[in-house]
Amino acid sequence: MQDKTHSSYKQLEQKSKYTNMFLRWFLYFVLVIFALYFIFPLYVMVVTSLKTMEEIRQGTLLTWPSGLNFDSWLVAWGGRGYGAGDTFLKPYFWNSIKMVVPAVFFSTFIGAMAGYVLTKWRFKGDKWVFLFLLFGCFIPYQAILLPMARTLGVLGISNSVIGLVLVHTVYGIPFTTLFFRNFYVSIPSELVKAARIDGAGFFKIFFKILLPVSTPIIVVTIIWQFTQIWNDFLFGSTFSFGEAAPIQVALNNMVLSSTSVKEYNVDMASAIIAGIPTLIVYVLAGKYFIRGLTSGAVKG
Amino acid sequence: MKTLKIEELSKNFGSTEVLRKINLEIDEGNFLVLLGPSGCGKSTLLNIIAGLETINEGNVHIDDYNVSKVEPKDRNIAMVFQSYALYPSMNVRENMIFGLKQAKVSKEKIEEQLEKVSKFLQVDALLERKPSQLSGGQRQRVAIGRALVREPRIFLFDEPLSNLDAKLRVEMRREIKKLHQQLKTTVVYVTHDQTEAMSLGTNIAIMNHGVIQQNDTPENIYNKPSNTFVADFIGSPSMNLIKGNLKESSNKVSFVTHGSNIEIPINGYDFKEKSNLDNKEVFFGIRPEHIFFKKSNEEDFEINLRADLSEYIGHEQIMTFNFENQEVLAKFPSTVKIDLSKNTKLFFDLTQISLFDAKTEERI
Repeated sequence: MQDKTHSSYKQLEQKSKYTNMFLRWFLYFVLVIFALYFIFPLYVMVVTSLKTMEEIRQGTLLTWPSGLNFDSWLVAWGGRGYGAGDTFLKPYFWNSIKMVVPAVFFSTFIGAMAGYVLTKWRFKGDKWVFLFLLFGCFIPYQAILLPMARTLGVLGISNSVIGLVLVHTVYGIPFTTLFFRNFYVSIPSELVKAARIDGAGFFKIFFKILLPVSTPIIVVTIIWQFTQIWNDFLFGSTFSFGEAAPIQVALNNMVLSSTSVKEYNVDMASAIIAGIPTLIVYVLAGKYFIRGLTSGAVKG
Repeated sequence: MKTLKIEELSKNFGSTEVLRKINLEIDEGNFLVLLGPSGCGKSTLLNIIAGLETINEGNVHIDDYNVSKVEPKDRNIAMVFQSYALYPSMNVRENMIFGLKQAKVSKEKIEEQLEKVSKFLQVDALLERKPSQLSGGQRQRVAIGRALVREPRIFLFDEPLSNLDAKLRVEMRREIKKLHQQLKTTVVYVTHDQTEAMSLGTNIAIMNHGVIQQNDTPENIYNKPSNTFVADFIGSPSMNLIKGNLKESSNKVSFVTHGSNIEIPINGYDFKEKSNLDNKEVFFGIRPEHIFFKKSNEEDFEINLRADLSEYIGHEQIMTFNFENQEVLAKFPSTVKIDLSKNTKLFFDLTQISLFDAKTEERI
């Protein structure tokens, strides 16, 4: 073995210090590039929505607006006030809320129930049931359009918010079940055994014992389902039209159907309005999500 | 009246047989330990007693009443689990009274029970805490408390100490022993730890491959193992099983190992059946703690063996000797100096030996 002197160690120490410093700066550099890349479209949208059409025509994409001008936001939300052909987001926004709240609630609840049964009340063929449910995750949206349209027709709820709630609930169940199953697998079955000896039944065990510790996975599921359903365009445009349409469909109609001049500022404001609820869910629920993970609520 | 009686019980999961024709009885107030390696079916048996698993064949009786098809909550049992299984969202009080509330016991009675048990287990200061705010030992106590408030006929313990660290485990073991001495409730206790089994049980049922190998008092399990599995499973290090043959001439039996001319006389041995012994292939079983480095009584058999290995473990040392190419282990105080690779005079205490048929591996 080579005998290293004190000074050669010093040299090596210096060298690794410089290498580390370089790598650190390089890392920051890459991160900043990515951050700019991701923030750029949002910047363009916000800036454009605050400009007047005059400004848009004269300036470039990146020019700062002359002032805070929320006119286009008001138009996007509430319309211009004249009658026919005036499309604005307000009614469709409420359509979407009416669709997304029950759909998220039911799909999450059913998924939690199914995950509970699949992990804690094993029955013959439960593996197959789970496999088929998993299969549901891989079925492309397009494949269920026709059968679903027929089903909605038979049930008499096509072109209604209720119909969309049903579609999104059904389509969401495989995902929510998968989430909850994987979460409940990690919760000791001894809890269920203890509760059974204590005399609790199927529902009592679910509501009193499992559901209270499920906060993290409930939040994950809500984020996932909310984003999916709120941002969905295909189901919305296929199974609804006119007044029953959700916001994404209305946004599309608004942007594409304007016959006169393209109002970029209104389009941008509409797009942002359509995206805000998802953002809010992320910000609010994300906090609870992290809290749920760190509170050690799962390990008893 | 037997507190618990299990008859001809069999259980399989699909095509795997987990329990085979189990018969078991416990008298009132006894402490039965189900002991065995992992996968031997002991936990399944406990779950069946609790009613958490179904039965394929056979019956379970509690107080002479056939409970085979009775719900867990109606069996008059309480169970303590390995992971404690405290309800994470409830505090200690709610955890302990959950069962009583389900059973619609009156409020006053619940409070009375809670106070009595929590005082008894010294958890009365912890009642408002969540399980996540308790230490391992405290959780264990609360889990026991949750079982106690139900005043069950039978306590079921499923490896309750294996999640605790070594020191706490010994403490909790003593507490469980004390608890049993005070309450005198019948207990069925599952463990894979032989020290726990020996120190707690009034009876031990050793299981392997879904069959009870021996159900006996700790003394008999240790001194008279009924087959080589039990002999090997109990004791640390386990019993030396030296292969050889029996020799019978003029009513004197002796043991000779292959390739040796040393004859070990088998005089005072209590044979189950004293016939056809000559030339029988057997295992000669002697525990490491029954081999001495100096004569302790007149009947001790003197033998010269080569020392191969010494393992120092503090208060004692485990020596490995060579006996005609079979390993023989002995336990000596660590102060004794024995030279390795040299022949050493040893003394076998022949009053403590066991003999097993080499073919059936049963005690003879």
